[in-house]
Formats: sequence, structure tokens, C-alpha cells
Amino acid sequence: MKILVCISKAPDTTSKIAFTEGNTKFDENGVQYIVNPYDEWYALVRALEIKEAQGGNVTIITVGTAADEAVIRKALAIGADDAVRIDADPKDAYYTAVQIAEYAKNNQFDLVLTGKETINYNGSQVGGMIAEALDAPFISVATKLDVNGSTMTLEREIAGGIEVVETGLPAVVSCAKGMAEQRIPNMRGIMAARTKPLQVVAPVSVEDMTSFVSYTMPNAKSACKMIDPSNMDELVELLHNEAKVI
Amino acid sequence: MSVLVYINSSTGIHKSANEAVTYAKKLGGSVTVITNGGCDAATLASLGKYGADKVLVDRSVNSNDDQQLTRMIATAADSVGATTVVFSHDLTAKAVAPRLSVRMKAGLISGAIDLPSGDGTTKVNVFSGKAFGAVKVNTSKKIISLLPNSIQPEATGSDCAVEDFNGNAGSTNVKVITTKKPEGEIPLPEAELVVSAGRGLKGPENWGIVEDLAKALGAATACSRPVADIGWRPHHEHVGQTGVAIRPNLYIAAGISGAIQHLAGVNGSKVIVVINTDPEAPFFKAADYGVVGDAFEVLPRLTEAVKKFKG
Ligand SMILES: Cc1cc2nc3c(=O)[nH]c(=O)nc-3n(C[C@H](O)[C@H](O)[C@H](O)COP(=O)(O)OP(=O)(O)OC[C@H]3O[C@@H](n4cnc5c(N)ncnc54)[C@H](O)[C@@H]3O)c2cc1C
Ligand SMILES: Nc1ncnc2c1ncn2[C@@H]1O[C@H](COP(=O)(O)O)[C@@H](O)[C@H]1O
Repeated sequence: MKILVCISKAPDTTSKIAFTEGNTKFDENGVQYIVNPYDEWYALVRALEIKEAQGGNVTIITVGTAADEAVIRKALAIGADDAVRIDADPKDAYYTAVQIAEYAKNNQFDLVLTGKETINYNGSQVGGMIAEALDAPFISVATKLDVNGSTMTLEREIAGGIEVVETGLPAVVSCAKGMAEQRIPNMRGIMAARTKPLQVVAPVSVEDMTSFVSYTMPNAKSACKMIDPSNMDELVELLHNEAKVI
Repeated sequence: MSVLVYINSSTGIHKSANEAVTYAKKLGGSVTVITNGGCDAATLASLGKYGADKVLVDRSVNSNDDQQLTRMIATAADSVGATTVVFSHDLTAKAVAPRLSVRMKAGLISGAIDLPSGDGTTKVNVFSGKAFGAVKVNTSKKIISLLPNSIQPEATGSDCAVEDFNGNAGSTNVKVITTKKPEGEIPLPEAELVVSAGRGLKGPENWGIVEDLAKALGAATACSRPVADIGWRPHHEHVGQTGVAIRPNLYIAAGISGAIQHLAGVNGSKVIVVINTDPEAPFFKAADYGVVGDAFEVLPRLTEAVKKFKG
């Protein structure tokens, strides 16, 4: 079983969000990068569990610059066997997906896992794009994944419910809460991660399909109106007449 | 210009479908809807009121298989010469729109919250709702996946024609074993009113007062992450950075501190009401209306007030 797990960096969830260069760039000043939680907690940990149960290999892949190697080592510390970095600074999900699909095609993976979405761009795009480029089934927002030989059983969220499905390999799965539990790397893992293989691969040439032109911050909320806890009729009246939401 | 809208009609026509059709109409040009499954023609025809000129339905596709849906939508886009495809940014769109983007070589804008502006960019939520980005598409065709509750549906027209369509969807690689549907609940991402509670409620046995208020309002229920993690509430109710992101008209939060990761999932709400015993709770900074008080007293009182108001 060869599993490829797509790892993206994401700003630590408590990071202050600000922009520079005339609001055209994310201000990285003082920002700590972590492994995108969906990729780490669900995709990577489930891949490791499958490997531990039935053998195989877990490779992590990132499309990113040398600066992202700290995040890659963190994912290696949790237990991935080796890592690949496609040496580029991706600006677009399509660009990222084509790079990963190209690597996956050339190296014959049984299963490609992504997170549900990145917590910075929230696009939920990369997984489906990889699947289309590989002409493979895509099970999106899966909350459970079991491999039985050459097929998989999965649970996924659909409009207003949950669907249990079966599909063959190879396939692409985007992973969400429920699939696995977060693992905290131990000292041995952290030490081992330093010497695990990290291969740097040149990107293939692709044109971005979309670009972020600028960013804005939401308007600051006006002061909160305090209501006497014994006077809920007043709150209802305000929600009806002032806020007009009920 | 020709705009194609994909609608998931497997559980009927939802408000989000009417929003997507209204959005397509506002983009200008002709609007064709493509859908699949068993929804009856009379119901589908109602999309005409929101601006659809015609609805195409491929009744041979009855699953959520994203490969089949992608082929079907691509065939429809070709047949009507669509240069823009609109989705509602729901679970189907998250699976299908990225595939379609690669297949049609059409740049994908996911989670649009507005119509394209004069400079051709479209506004989306980024950083889990903490900021907005303006996205430009560099390809001649584009796909826009519209975040639910971003625009109001406008019914100005009348019913439209519904035609059977063969989308050449091909065979499926995904076999559905079972589906589990929660009965009678309002799906959280579509709910206009949401009542949510956190660890301040102390235990799952106390959720009756939350459900009572939700029922009186006709609202959906939600919760903070620790509450779902300890199993007090089902996982699909967990809102926030690592849960569902919602933007209802009204979000009432009781016994939730308002951690930044929680706010990330709810700060798109139009109006926020916070009920908390601690006047220093960070949530008050993000609230429009605040009640410093005990949820065990305030929630039942609010429920009574809502019932009285509704008569
Ligand atoms: C990477 C990461 C991702 C995360 N993602 C999410 C996420 O998606 N969603 C999320 O919610 N959290 C998330 N969290 C957790 C988040 O940081 C908070 O820990 C969590 O939101 C706190 O939940 P809470 O407000 O229910 O509980 P608490 O922080 O314990 O707050 C309880 C509140 O209830 C009040 N209270 C107590 N008794 C009463 C009473 N009788 N009446 C009224 N008020 C009362 C207290 O004053 C307090 O403010 C994430 C954390 C991390 C690190
Ligand atoms: N630069 C990247 N390198 C590797 N994987 C990525 C990258 N960006 C996104 N992904 C993967 O694609 C998933 C969805 O990302 P997104 O489409 O940006 O929401 C993430 O959870 C990651 O698993």
C-alpha cells in the first residue's frame, strides 16, 4: 500500500491576520506556520494507521519553498516515511494540484489523501483537481476510511446526511474530522525526522487559472449593545425591529 | 453570455438553489440549470421564477458520484455554450467544481460572497472568514461556487421549461452502500437562524433549553468544538475553524467563550447575540447584542419571549 499525503502549511490558528504591499500580500511578520490541521490530524494520521495495520509506505508531499521544510519535518516527526517537496511558491490550487498529480502519476500511488481544505484559503479545491488530473474517483469530506484489499469503504458527508460508499484503488480522498485522532509527536519521532529522506523535485510548467489580486479586512463591529438578562422581551424586540432578523 | 447553474435537487429545491439561480441571472445573459435525480418537473420549473430560462434534468444519474456529475455538467456546458458555471458552495460543489475546473480549463472561484465587481474580481472569504480576498480568473471560462446566504433569492419571473437531458455521465466507480439522513433537521450551513451552545452548558442533559429556543425560533442548533469532542453533541454541529463555517442571519451563542478558532466559523453571521456569565468573555467583542447572565435562566426566558412575540 503506497499512500501519498498532501501537506500544506497554514498560519497558526491564533495568528493575527494582516496584509502588506497595498493589501496585496499576506503579512507573514511574526506568523508561525503549522501543518494545516486537516492534513495533519486526519489525512496523515489515518494514513499512518493504515500502514501500521497492513504495511506499506507513507510519503508526504508539499508544493512549497525551502522555507516550508520546517513544516515538512514536523509531519515527518509524526511518522511519515519520507517527504517530497515540489520546489515552487504556489499561488493557485490548479497549479498545486497539477504538480502533485504529476508526481503521483510517475510514482504509482494506491491512495492520495488531502485535507478537507486549507484554513487560510479555504478553497477545498486541490483534492478534486488532483483526482480529475489522475482520472481517479474522489471521495470528498470523508469522515471514515477503511481499506480492504483493493477496495475501500468510506463514510462521507453529503447534503443533509452521511453516505457509506465503496470504491476501488487508486483513489483520492479529502479527509475531515472523525477519520482519526490528532497525534502529538514524541522526542524519538522528532529526532528520527531529521534524517528521513526529503526529496526536492523541480515543478512542471503550468499557468495559474486564478489569482488573488487584493485583500480586505471586514469592517470592525460597532460596540455590542448590552441587554438586561431579566428583559428578554427587549432583546426580541431589537432582533425584530432593529436588526430585522426575526 | 450563457450561464449554466448546477443544482443538487436530490432533497428538493433549497433556498441555496434559488440563490444560485438569482446570482446567475444577475451575471447577465441566458441562464440554464442542469440537475439530476428524481425531483419532479413541477418543482424544478419553479427555478424559472428566480431567472432560469430552462432546466435540463438527467434522470439517469442518481448518485453523488463526482465523476458522473462532472461529465454530465461538462456535457451541458458544451451544449448550451456556457462560459460561466455557477454552483452553490455545498458538499456537492466541493467535490465536483474542482474536477469540472480541470476538465473545462475554467478557473474556479470557491466560496464567492458577492457578484463580480467592476474590475472583474470576485470577493471570497479567506483565513476562515477573518478577511476577504478579491480573485481574478485568468481563463476565458470560469466557475463560481457561491457561499450560501450571500445574496437574497429574488423571484421575479415565472415557471420555466424542464427538459430531459442526456449528460453522457458514463458509469460509476463509487458504490453507495447506505445513506443515513437525520430526519427533520435544518441543515446547518443553510440555516438562517442558529442557536449554539458551549461548555458553559455543563452537560448534554442540559441541551433541552437550547433545543427549546431553537424550536421556538425555527432555528438549527450548533455547538463549540470541545462539546462535540467530548460527545455531548454530534460532530456535524461543531462550528468553527475546524468544523462547519456558517453565515446565518442570526447566531445566538450561549456559554461559549468566543475563542478565535470558534469565531472563525461564525463571524460571517449578520447578527450575533452572546449570552455568557463572564462580562469579560472575548465573544462580546464580536457580538451585536450581549447578555451577561446565566444561560440556565436566560435561555428559557428568551424562549418565552420569542413564543410571546410569535403569538
Ligand atoms: C487548532 C485549533 C482549532 C480549533 N478549532 C475550533 C473550532 O473549530 N471550533 C471551536 O468552537 N473551537 C475550536 N478550537 C478550540 C477553541 O480554542 C476553544 O477552546 C473552544 O472554542 C472553547 O469552547 P467553549 O467556548 O465551549 O468552552 P470554554 O472556553 O470552556 O468556555 C465556556 C464559556 O461558558 C461560560 N459559562 C460558564 N457557565 C455559564 C452559564 N451558566 N451561563 C452562561 N455562560 C456560562 C464561561 O464564562 C465561558 O466563557 C480550536 C482550537 C485549536 C487549537
Ligand atoms: N501547497 C500545497 N502542497 C501540498 N498539498 C496542498 C497544498 N495546498 C493544498 N494542499 C492540499 O489540498 C488540500 C485542500 O486545499 P485547498 O484546496 O487549498 O483548500 C489541503 O488540505 C492539502 O491537503
